[in-house]
Amino acid sequence: MAVPATKLKEKKEIIDVGLEEGAARLTYERIEQVINRVITAEMAARMKVYVDTCIHCGLCSTACHYYLSHGTPEWAPVGKVKQTMWEILEKKGKVSPEFIKRASIIASTECNVCRRCSMYCPYGIDIAYIMATVRRICHLLGVTPQYIQDTAHSHSATMNQMWVKEDEWIDTLQWQEGEAQADMPSLRIALDKEGADIMYSVIGPEPKFRAQLIYQAAILMTAAGVDWTMPASPGWDNSDMCMFTGDFEMMGRVKRTHFETAAKLRVKKIVMGECGHAFRSVYDVGNRWLGWKMPPIPVIHATQFYYELLKEGKIKIARKLKEPVTLHDPCNIVRGRGLHEMMRYLVNATCENFVEMYPNREQNHCCCAGGGVINCGPPWKTKRVESNSIKAEQLAATGVHICIAPCHNCHGGLEDIINTYKLNMHTMFFIDVLMKTMEIPDSLKA
Amino acid sequence: MQGIYEFVRGPLLWLTFIVFIGGSLYKLIPMYYLLKKKEAFVLSYMSLKYSLRSILHWIIPFASANMRQRPIMTVMSFGFHICLLVTPVFLLSHIVLWDESWNLSWWALPDWIADIMTLVVIGACVFFAFRRQILPEVKYVTSVADYAILAVTAAPFITGFLAYHQWIEYRTMLILHILSGEIMLMAIPFTRLVHMFYFWLTRAYMGSEFGGVRHARDW
Repeated sequence: MAVPATKLKEKKEIIDVGLEEGAARLTYERIEQVINRVITAEMAARMKVYVDTCIHCGLCSTACHYYLSHGTPEWAPVGKVKQTMWEILEKKGKVSPEFIKRASIIASTECNVCRRCSMYCPYGIDIAYIMATVRRICHLLGVTPQYIQDTAHSHSATMNQMWVKEDEWIDTLQWQEGEAQADMPSLRIALDKEGADIMYSVIGPEPKFRAQLIYQAAILMTAAGVDWTMPASPGWDNSDMCMFTGDFEMMGRVKRTHFETAAKLRVKKIVMGECGHAFRSVYDVGNRWLGWKMPPIPVIHATQFYYELLKEGKIKIARKLKEPVTLHDPCNIVRGRGLHEMMRYLVNATCENFVEMYPNREQNHCCCAGGGVINCGPPWKTKRVESNSIKAEQLAATGVHICIAPCHNCHGGLEDIINTYKLNMHTMFFIDVLMKTMEIPDSLKA
Repeated sequence: MQGIYEFVRGPLLWLTFIVFIGGSLYKLIPMYYLLKKKEAFVLSYMSLKYSLRSILHWIIPFASANMRQRPIMTVMSFGFHICLLVTPVFLLSHIVLWDESWNLSWWALPDWIADIMTLVVIGACVFFAFRRQILPEVKYVTSVADYAILAVTAAPFITGFLAYHQWIEYRTMLILHILSGEIMLMAIPFTRLVHMFYFWLTRAYMGSEFGGVRHARDW
């Protein structure tokens, strides 16, 4: 099934306007000034300790799907650090615009900040943090891939990732409510309902490209009898591309709006859709940037929510999926939140035949789409897919045709891999599986 | 010759201890204050339970996935570190010196075991040097300094071994042994050998983040 690992002979030059024009505007003075500001004001102790501790042993190499797919040293995590942060620190910021462009390419398109390498480094050096800091420097210098920068701009202009206007958002929710009412006449997507138990938040691409997921969520919430609401104002989007471009100021604004929206609605908790990076932003990065040790309002990922509903008996499974399925562990909710056993509970509750892929759980190979890499857009797609032949091999080894992946970026990345390597599989969200398997009470049916 | 011997055994040894201890404090204390000032959140996430959990997993051979994938490297690096730390402390000739100077003594390794352990350290250093040459991903990130650190680490063991067996003029070799040991100790705080201290801290922080915040394993 899987074609063998594609080895790149040489790195093809990819033209990205965001990088080209950004780098063209740079001067040596500006670069030095920005880097030194980041070094003294932001990086400080942790980076110094990490750089001093790294013994250059290369043990992180086999953690990385880029390295495993290409097999040459510049793709190893430490190789990427050598090409970027070591030189930045060694030259104390006296590097060229060309260097910054290259550093941005490495940090934004050759690393998914999936943190698998931290589990392979004997010292636990946070290489994802080092790469994120390189991105931070590139952001402050205005050298960012164009597509992801566009989404970051969208966050700052509209508070969502996809330039969705307020009326379009409300219109989409009402449209999905109407669609769902054809199946469940009593169903409502209550907008801005103050005091509801749960605020359901999604990522910008859901209303834009995958509106059926909102429909499905509405069906699930209604079937489970949950008191829920969705916000009618900006703050409904939990996604965060600014976290990935290194625009932490904007990341803070986006996260604050999200939490303030929930606070305004006085909900008990936020349940978010099946997205990994957004979870990282609300749970791990954005909230901390704002100074909260833990999110100010509890946020749970959709898979945990489904798990709790099943455990509490609020939803029941009427029929299990017969076809064999496998499960992809998304980095941000597994290495990022330890939801892997809950996910397995869900799979076993809804599917008759579960085939594990190996390695799995925290050790799972990344989809190569997360960390903002897929968001760098079409110019980088081929490179991204070629850089994950290891994933194609891992998927093919399961021999099944359905891969459950509860993360939007994983879906995009895995589908590209499945298509390119002709794996004859398709991906499903957990909610897709639930729609096929759960019991709908007769009283709710049309 | 006697003069040089007296010097390396006397004033230079004192200087070594001052540089080693002072240098280590100099590396650790200002780093702590810098951390407290700029990245205080790091301290707030530290968890004793998860720090120890992580450290324990990483000081047990083959406890982590990476170690299981590279059995030779695992055996070599554990053998190296254990012998490196244990041999000098429990070597009879060293204990005799402690006894003469401070009237302190403790259990000693039989000489033949200490001999083998010394060879393990030297052999591991040769292995690490070859590894740097042979594996492309390691060679790519290797600089002269990495070989220098290996040489600095191996030197006290090579000279100690030669001095013990008296294959080359004993007195010269003894002086070189003491000198190389002193160089290694003084180098620890100021080179990547500082991982001797930092290992525990970086590992503890990653363990705390993975365990306390992310509820996942980090091995």
